[in-house]
Amino acid sequence: MSTTETTTTPVEIPSTTRADWQSDQEVRWCPGCGDYTILAALQFALPDMGVRREDTVVVGGIGCAARFPYYMNTYGVHGIHGRAPAIATGVALANPDLSVFVIGGDGDLLSIGGNHLLHALRRNVNLTILLFNNRIYGLTKGQYSPTSEQGKVTKSSPQGSEDAPLIPLSVALGADATFVARTHDMDRKHMEEVFKRAHQHRGAAFVEVLQNCNVFNNHAYEQITARKNREDMIIPLTQGEPIRFGPDGSKGVVLDPKHGAVVVDTADVSEDDLLVHDEARDHPSVAFALSRLSPNMDEPTPMGVFRAVDKPVYGERNPVTEQPPGRQLITDLLHSGSTWTVD
Amino acid sequence: MTEQTQGSTATKPSEEITDVVIRLAGDSGDGMQLTGTQFTAVSALAGNDLATLPDFPAEIRAPAGTLPGVSAFQVRISSEDISTPGDIADVLVAMNPAALRSELSKLRQGGMVIVNSDGFEERDLDKAGYDANPLTDDSLADYQVVEVPMTDLTVRKVKELGVKGREAERSKNFFALGLLCWMYSRNPDDLRAWIEDRFAKDELIRDANITAFEVGWSFGETTELIPVTRSVAPMERPPGTYRNINGNTGLAWGIIAAAQLSGLPTYLGSYPITPASDILHELAKHPEAGIRTFQAEDEIAAAASSVGAAFAGDLAWTTTSGPGMALKGETIGLAISLELPLVIVDIQRGGPSTGLPTKTEQSDLTQALFGRHGESPLPVIAASRPADSFECAIQAAEIAIKYRTPVILLSDGYIANSSEPWCLPDVEDLPDLSTTYATGTNHTGADGVEEFWPYLRDPDTLARPWAIPGTPGLEHRIGGIEKADGSGDISYDPDNHQAMTDLRAAKVAGVARGYRKLEVTGDSEDADLLVVGWGSTWGAIAAAVERVRSAGGKVAHVHLRNLNPLPEDLGDIVRRYPKVMVPELNLGQLSMVLRSKYLIDAQSVSKVAGLPFTAGEIESEIHKMLGDDWSDR
Repeated sequence: MSTTETTTTPVEIPSTTRADWQSDQEVRWCPGCGDYTILAALQFALPDMGVRREDTVVVGGIGCAARFPYYMNTYGVHGIHGRAPAIATGVALANPDLSVFVIGGDGDLLSIGGNHLLHALRRNVNLTILLFNNRIYGLTKGQYSPTSEQGKVTKSSPQGSEDAPLIPLSVALGADATFVARTHDMDRKHMEEVFKRAHQHRGAAFVEVLQNCNVFNNHAYEQITARKNREDMIIPLTQGEPIRFGPDGSKGVVLDPKHGAVVVDTADVSEDDLLVHDEARDHPSVAFALSRLSPNMDEPTPMGVFRAVDKPVYGERNPVTEQPPGRQLITDLLHSGSTWTVD
Repeated sequence: MTEQTQGSTATKPSEEITDVVIRLAGDSGDGMQLTGTQFTAVSALAGNDLATLPDFPAEIRAPAGTLPGVSAFQVRISSEDISTPGDIADVLVAMNPAALRSELSKLRQGGMVIVNSDGFEERDLDKAGYDANPLTDDSLADYQVVEVPMTDLTVRKVKELGVKGREAERSKNFFALGLLCWMYSRNPDDLRAWIEDRFAKDELIRDANITAFEVGWSFGETTELIPVTRSVAPMERPPGTYRNINGNTGLAWGIIAAAQLSGLPTYLGSYPITPASDILHELAKHPEAGIRTFQAEDEIAAAASSVGAAFAGDLAWTTTSGPGMALKGETIGLAISLELPLVIVDIQRGGPSTGLPTKTEQSDLTQALFGRHGESPLPVIAASRPADSFECAIQAAEIAIKYRTPVILLSDGYIANSSEPWCLPDVEDLPDLSTTYATGTNHTGADGVEEFWPYLRDPDTLARPWAIPGTPGLEHRIGGIEKADGSGDISYDPDNHQAMTDLRAAKVAGVARGYRKLEVTGDSEDADLLVVGWGSTWGAIAAAVERVRSAGGKVAHVHLRNLNPLPEDLGDIVRRYPKVMVPELNLGQLSMVLRSKYLIDAQSVSKVAGLPFTAGEIESEIHKMLGDDWSDR
């Protein structure tokens, strides 16, 4: 049962509801954490994904987000810090029929686990990777993370962080990830749609979920995701459509040879100048340019699927006999090449 | 050519010998490892017993002609049962001045040195650090010197085939091989067949190498410098089919065998590292055997992906050497907590840090036993020679599967690269490693609902069920956080942590119940001294014990394969003898364990030189400890 087949033959999959995907474990995130809505979104979306619970594996590393597997009524591994993509790679290679989710935060997947993330993406391992980006270390109580803005004052950076932040989508596109998307924890419907698209994708799907940590980094994305700000600050990406946003589509995105993608007043340009969104572009450069909009998350920010291209899934090129054939193979191997017999 | 060479060997007298140690040395690019390996292979086919010691630098090609670039290969062939590659060489083949200078100390006084006399110009001597030409200044007076212009003789003949310049020179190792094969009456047809196969893709190189081989052989026939040929009779062996095997290949084949014996799809996550990479190379060739290899981005991912594969139901392995083991430590701790089958193979090399990548050492024992965070016991197994690497891999898999635990399998650079004849096991006698995945619920909850508890243990082995994704109704979550006994739910309860720590330790301790009885060799009844060894010191200890016994000393030897848990009968054995000696290629790691566990005065004999013990070194230590006056002998 490959992912493609499951999505095209949903009749075989027993119908489920959100409750079927909830484990019996008490959810232990801080009250008000964005992780609750992400968990709900995934559990609401899964009944539509055409996958059985027993064929679903959720792998986490370490961090608040990485506790996710415990709350899912699926197979799950809560691993060690940063290594979830590597553990999940082993799961996916051992059984290509499984739907394997990787859940981690910005520290887990971009700091200690940055290397594994890059390689899972560039290999195009069949994984759905959800990175909850709250731009802070939560479980260790509030140090700056690899996505924290420069100058961020935290317990470990009382003078303000000196580090330049990573832009997760740029990193993923730099690794030539075949599916790259962004969503946020204030819009469950959007999350559900993006998660479904990510799961449907064959190969490595990378989704950044902007997530609020109401204890250590509250209002991190309020300028963008608060309901009152969304119209001005969220740039929805719609396949095949010119990229417009703002009241009455008054803003748009054009490609500029000097600055990559830039936001313009649509009144100042002709309709033809607007960038038409095409997530299937083979070359990642336009998606990359879009990922550079709002590097500090305080300007209009694209949301949706940046890139979705079809590439061979890791492990398919070099197939392996599924079942070891048995003892005769040992005999043949031991007697291959030069041997001699003493009577 | 065949007729001519075979016919005319009879023109020189032949002398029967029982044993010879030959050391081949040249530049890293001279192909000495290949030459040595092939001389070994034809000697194996001739029925000799043999042992080898490849001794090469970490640099792929250090500057030509310099001391750091010298690559050596020692092989001992014998008509008797031998266990070491020999303490000192009888014959040295030196392809350049650097090889001569670097390796002469490993040749016995009076031994034969066959020198490629081309390349002893002033510049070459300079590079090797010689002030004067050793071929002309009498410094080799204590040796039987055979000067052969190998390069010139090779190039002259090979050029006739149309091979040019440097390319022609490259065949000179085959000249040396031809000469050696003539000297020791090896069958030239075996060599020709091998060259034809190995170089089948390039006819010119194939013909050049065959020509060089034949020129070397003919040189032997005609030179007056070597008046006799020697022959080494086949060793009398038990009936069976034999092959020459090195440790890494034997271990890789053990992994392949374990896949067949268990019926489990097999996964190797690995990252290239000397001297373990050849296991990855070998396994990568066998997808038909149900083996998937994954060359990971780093050591940690290699181990972590193996944990993932084990969770999904594969028999998972990861192979590495000391520095990689250090990186895998946290992941091995996770595997201990998850209680999944996984074998971690450590081909030990000189350390710490990068240390001596191509040299051997046994200094990862304490890392294997203790090198993790928390109380994290796991079974540790060590191969003692190339020929038992296969069986050790199977035993490691057997324990991992039966007890749902990570197992560390230790080998080392010496075992990995050296080779010896191996009597092939009867495949029907190999153990059945098959296991069952959980298929149904195993516990009735308080509310009467049937559920699956991932940490409900087998009362005998204390192993937990292996429920793999894809199995309906057994969905469960496991992780590195402490789990409640039985249910596997997260638990921070103090009593539970104590109980789980004790259970994990008891499970591993129970592995010892499955061991074979230890075998004490030598004077097992009345020895004055017991030598306890583990790993690759087996050969040197066995030879040393025999030498001392034949000189009248009372010595016994026990060699450990299972280093954790230690065998249940070891305590009685080590307390039975007045003195206990533990030779190790480290600063006394096993002796520390034995002292602490059995409260005995185990004496460490230590060597950390990147090289195996010679039998003579251990022999001399035994005499010291026995109180014999060695100088009187």
